[in-house]
Amino acid sequence: MAERLLLRCRDIPDLRRLDVYVAHGGYEATRKALTTCSPEQLVGIVKTSNLRGRGGAGFPTGLKWSFLPKQTAKPVYLAVNADESEPGTFKDRLIIEQDPHQLLEGIIISAYAIRCHTAYIYIRGEFALGAERFEAAIAEARQAGFLGKNVLGTGFDLDVWVHRGAGAYICGEETGLIESLEGKRGYPRIKPPFPATHGLFGCPTIVNNVETLACVPHIVLRGADWFRAIGPEKSPGPKLFCVSGHVVRPGTYELPMGTPLREIIYDHAGGIPGDRKLKGVIPGGASMPVFTADEIDVPMDMDSVQKAGSFLGSAGIMVMDETVCMVWTALVIARFFHHESCGQCTPCREGTGWLEKVLRRLEYGEGTATAADVDLLLNIAGNMMGTTICALSDAAAMPARAFVTKYRAEFEEHAALGRCPFRPIAEPSRRHAHA
Amino acid sequence: MTTEAPQFSGAALAEYRAILGRYPERRAALLPTLWLAQREFGWLSPPVLEYVAQLMELPLAWVTATASFYTMYWKQPPGRWHLQVCRTLPCALRGAEGIRAAVEERLGIRSGEKTADGRFSLEEVECLASCDTAPVLQVNNTEYHESLTVERTLALIDRLAST
Ligand SMILES: Cc1cc2nc3c(=O)[nH]c(=O)nc-3n(C[C@H](O)[C@H](O)[C@H](O)COP(=O)(O)O)c2cc1C
Ligand code: SF4
Ligand code: FES
Repeated sequence: MAERLLLRCRDIPDLRRLDVYVAHGGYEATRKALTTCSPEQLVGIVKTSNLRGRGGAGFPTGLKWSFLPKQTAKPVYLAVNADESEPGTFKDRLIIEQDPHQLLEGIIISAYAIRCHTAYIYIRGEFALGAERFEAAIAEARQAGFLGKNVLGTGFDLDVWVHRGAGAYICGEETGLIESLEGKRGYPRIKPPFPATHGLFGCPTIVNNVETLACVPHIVLRGADWFRAIGPEKSPGPKLFCVSGHVVRPGTYELPMGTPLREIIYDHAGGIPGDRKLKGVIPGGASMPVFTADEIDVPMDMDSVQKAGSFLGSAGIMVMDETVCMVWTALVIARFFHHESCGQCTPCREGTGWLEKVLRRLEYGEGTATAADVDLLLNIAGNMMGTTICALSDAAAMPARAFVTKYRAEFEEHAALGRCPFRPIAEPSRRHAHA
Repeated sequence: MTTEAPQFSGAALAEYRAILGRYPERRAALLPTLWLAQREFGWLSPPVLEYVAQLMELPLAWVTATASFYTMYWKQPPGRWHLQVCRTLPCALRGAEGIRAAVEERLGIRSGEKTADGRFSLEEVECLASCDTAPVLQVNNTEYHESLTVERTLALIDRLAST
């Protein structure tokens, strides 16, 4: 297996402690960046590396940074997205809990590159341990002169503050995150204006994912060409893949971008327990369309997955074996989006509710569903796309549509039978109406 | 809950002042201050929200609007042990429905309810970012319990019941 970088914590015990981290070359990247590069040079290096965001959208990081206004009297903010709420995704939690200094180096170098002196890390409220560990890492780094006034004697000042969320998926959306940082409900904002010009407190702001920033120190130490040579040139780098569901070894795997999905499932994650057959895989978190068992010979990089009809998203790979009912799967996902819709936009608020309701009727409705419900799902999904403030509505509609089109016979069978063929009994000991 | 108006301890007030120093605008300190208030008072009752509004010199409507948006701020007093069972797809694929059903049966409550003695409450939550160790539940917004089976879940309840 190739060398692990993002997951060095798997090979080095106690890497989260500053002394151990420094003993293994820690903060050399920070020193190199702050003492030998100008901010402009660093933006150039990150651009040349072709690093693309690991939070879900895959936007080129260096390009995003270059959208900041060149001259501004306002402070520039960095908001680190550690909301990690996309179902099936658990990589950022690993970095924060086990290797916080790697992330902190990424934050320091990136802040320097974008001329930012205050960074906030927005950690989802459930990560109590992660917040505690990250606070401890900040305190250690400050003590050692890597943070605060005059970092490493270079004259660069930087404060990093932990801001804890309190339970809301939508705060992972970058403008919802900004609203939440400002003390409000996490209601996404209409874009444009984009955060790079009007973000936190009305100031230029860069929002980047944890894993994205964790790549930056490695790029600084090893060079943009090294990074760009890992996997496909337009979507390169080491990548964390989260594998869950019906596999022998669920977990986080660091592999080159572009590793085939089949290899990830069958080699790294050990295949499906009991040698059962594969039925479907969601490749990039619950927002992304499912692949059938015939569609898994796809290289897992942003462009290849998109060409194959889905998205790499957060690289949360969820595996379903042949025993799984796809109507039930679609229902569990629809329930999530209905629960998490912030309610600002009618198509999203109503559409997510309708999807859940119709899917529930097919799965548990005891004969109340009709054949027309299958097309009704497609109709609802069609009306949810492209008309809302943020991408959550599309993220709910896209997978629903994929489940119906790719497993249509199963949906029709539910309607015809008046029940779920996979589980003849009703919802297991569910004694109340809402699931 | 005491009947007197809520009031931060000296230590909490010092923490609150430190929090204010992290943000250029006072309102931005609202989420951390609500966390602090929940830690101090157990849950965010209407008098606690009024206290936070008064302390932060913010309109009560802003404080209430924010507190009500986030699921981890408790607007009702939870049980001594608040069980948060994950129900999202990776957990559901590995038996989360059975875990919830077992908890409901053992405690005689449904999701969203509290036992009559106030020891336990149950909530179903969405993905806790621990899907590789599914199924998962969190206790009191902090502790994760991973790779659950029905047996391990019931043993956990027994352990909590005796503490
Ligand atoms: C509904 C929704 C939820 C999101 N949740 C997250 C999240 O939990 N973590 C994350 O990093 N990005 C999330 N994103 C993507 C962010 O909006 C943003 O694109 C990302 O943080 C940018 O960082 P990157 O360029 O480094 O990937 C979400 C987007 C949407 C539409
Ligand atoms: S699309 Fe949905 S989640 Fe996004 S802003 Fe509109 S209502 Fe809120
Ligand atoms: S689905 Fe339960 S932790 Fe992710």
